[in-house]
Amino acid sequence: MFAARKILSDIPSFTWRYLLARTLKVAIVGAGGGIGQPLSLLLRQSPGITKLALHDLHGTKGLAVDHSHICTQVRVSGYEGEKELEMAVSNSDVVVVAAGMPRLPGMERDHLMAANGKVAIKVANAISVACPHAFVAFITNPINMIVPAAAQILKAAGTFNPKRLFGITTLDLVRSKKFIGDHMQINPEAVNIPVIGGHAGITILPLFSQCQPQFNGNASDIEKLTKRIQEAGTEVVNAKAGQGSATISMAFAGAKFVDSLLRALNGEERLVECAFVASTLTDAPFFASPLELGKQGIKRHLDLPNLSESEKQALEKLLPVLKKNAIEGQMFAHNFTAERIKKLSN
Amino acid sequence: MLAFRFTMRFSQPALQQKQQHDINRQRRRNLQVSVVGASGGIGQALSLLLKMNPLIETLVLHDVANTKGVAADLSHICTSPTVKSYTGEKELKKALKGSDIVVVPAGRPRRPGMDRKDLLESNANVAIAVAMAVSSVCPSAFLAIITNPVNTIVPIVRDILKSQDSYDPKRLFGITTLDVVRAKTFLGQSLCIDPQRINIPVIGGHSGITILPLFSQSNPPFKGDESEKKELIERVQEGGSEVVKAKAGSGSATLSMAFAGAQFVGSLIKGIKNEEDKPIVECAFVESNVTPLEFFASPVILGPSGIKDIPCLPELDQLESQMLQGLLPVLLKDIEQGVKYANNFITSGC
Repeated sequence: MFAARKILSDIPSFTWRYLLARTLKVAIVGAGGGIGQPLSLLLRQSPGITKLALHDLHGTKGLAVDHSHICTQVRVSGYEGEKELEMAVSNSDVVVVAAGMPRLPGMERDHLMAANGKVAIKVANAISVACPHAFVAFITNPINMIVPAAAQILKAAGTFNPKRLFGITTLDLVRSKKFIGDHMQINPEAVNIPVIGGHAGITILPLFSQCQPQFNGNASDIEKLTKRIQEAGTEVVNAKAGQGSATISMAFAGAKFVDSLLRALNGEERLVECAFVASTLTDAPFFASPLELGKQGIKRHLDLPNLSESEKQALEKLLPVLKKNAIEGQMFAHNFTAERIKKLSN
Repeated sequence: MLAFRFTMRFSQPALQQKQQHDINRQRRRNLQVSVVGASGGIGQALSLLLKMNPLIETLVLHDVANTKGVAADLSHICTSPTVKSYTGEKELKKALKGSDIVVVPAGRPRRPGMDRKDLLESNANVAIAVAMAVSSVCPSAFLAIITNPVNTIVPIVRDILKSQDSYDPKRLFGITTLDVVRAKTFLGQSLCIDPQRINIPVIGGHSGITILPLFSQSNPPFKGDESEKKELIERVQEGGSEVVKAKAGSGSATLSMAFAGAQFVGSLIKGIKNEEDKPIVECAFVESNVTPLEFFASPVILGPSGIKDIPCLPELDQLESQMLQGLLPVLLKDIEQGVKYANNFITSGC
């Protein structure tokens, strides 16, 4: 008995945490793309992740071999083509969807729905079959429509869990921290600010009234910075001049969010992230706000804080847009499904 | 092609200048790292990892195209390094001015069936342009080459730097960290342990049989027989080709190279800061006396002025000794090819 106790006490505590942590599988759909590749690289460093499944239409088998040479203990597999989608996501704890077309200069996120809506629906269908309990996190734009569309598909399959479906809006938070940090001439990592609403244009609402440390600018600074945060995606699209949209910063933000999901799955407490989710906080059916995460997904939606007058006005303006986007997303899913049923029955 | 002027510079002795620069740099909190080839497959991922290193104050991106877009993207990340970008040959010097570390992933990748040697013609020019710019605007910088074929490119860079009177053997590195990363991964699989717990030196060069992982020196020790050891050695040697083949024409190792490159640059930075308790040791392809060859990859100890020390090679086992004897003439040929290339370039006055 004493020998056993000695052996047990010799094992370092970090090993205990490793042994007791769940082994987690993460699937990345769209792993071969500009976001997917750096996202997959960053996710290797997340705690407890032991399996990484990379899926895309092509190129993932080579990518998996590249990955497999990296000396961290993650087993990486590559899956290619629609036929391997279910296999890729099968038994995943977290599915991150970075697949789809990026914006080009002059394009609004809405224009992507025609191309990317189908991707989201196919992924939602595969998830319903192969990993109905997974946490599903969408990066694919336009988030404001994609998430409602995916929810519609999951509901139809009887696998919708509002606690486990997320639209990743972390990049808005990342940008807010950076722009505010630069303005205040402090390390951006020291800035904390909730960003609520949605993930396009005026639906992005950073709450300067809640900024920590307290924002030291005036109303015009807030207006300018808010606009910059809202238009930052377009800023990158224009700078890339046809070569795509934000990829590396999106990978950084995506990895940060998925890392929090994995920590939550591993039992870590008091994790708060903003994400675009099914919500009753406002009368928009889907809304981004701070969420406390837990092993089952969303533990609770934090109440909205007291907003400033300008924030209240901005919220009033964005809610109708979000409601419209949600209906558009749901209609897209409905029409797509109806068309498929028609084709199959012909 | 840039027009180069090969002039000898008569100024304060180069060594003293560099030493003063090193003292200043150690005192400064801010470090500037330039990535040449930042828009490419390795460059973007490497730049992302470097943007997450809080010890870097300024991250400068350079490439022949698309750098403004990559920089705009990267600059939104809420970490402390500031991002700047420059595009095209004309802006290369601006991109390197004031840099403490210049890392070079620029150049073409291999395609299936290609040897790293086949890249020489296309990639040597990039390396020469960088060497000239470094000589001109940041001669005290540490210069870390990823561009293949490393075995030949590093000697070319050395000779160009020498021709500009700005060569310091302690500050020029061919990055071979990916071979170490692969050795750790494959050995970890063989021992069924976390590869990050493994230490293993990889010596020689950075292509095919010139790559020699020393399993006799691994910690924890290797537990297989001779044939398993040989298999693992070959797998490490052919690791690059394994990825090229799997990518079937769409490139070579990018993510694993970015991972390895970031690790190496991170160690260079720790060496500059000189605040760690343990010595900072990385394998790299450098000018070296550990073998009769002018250049050789082996574990080097890093410090504020670059290479602090190059320990002698450990005692090799029989298989390793044989393989070392086998690789030396191949590596010699690669190095000589680089020396010849540089000499032709210099004497032709291009």
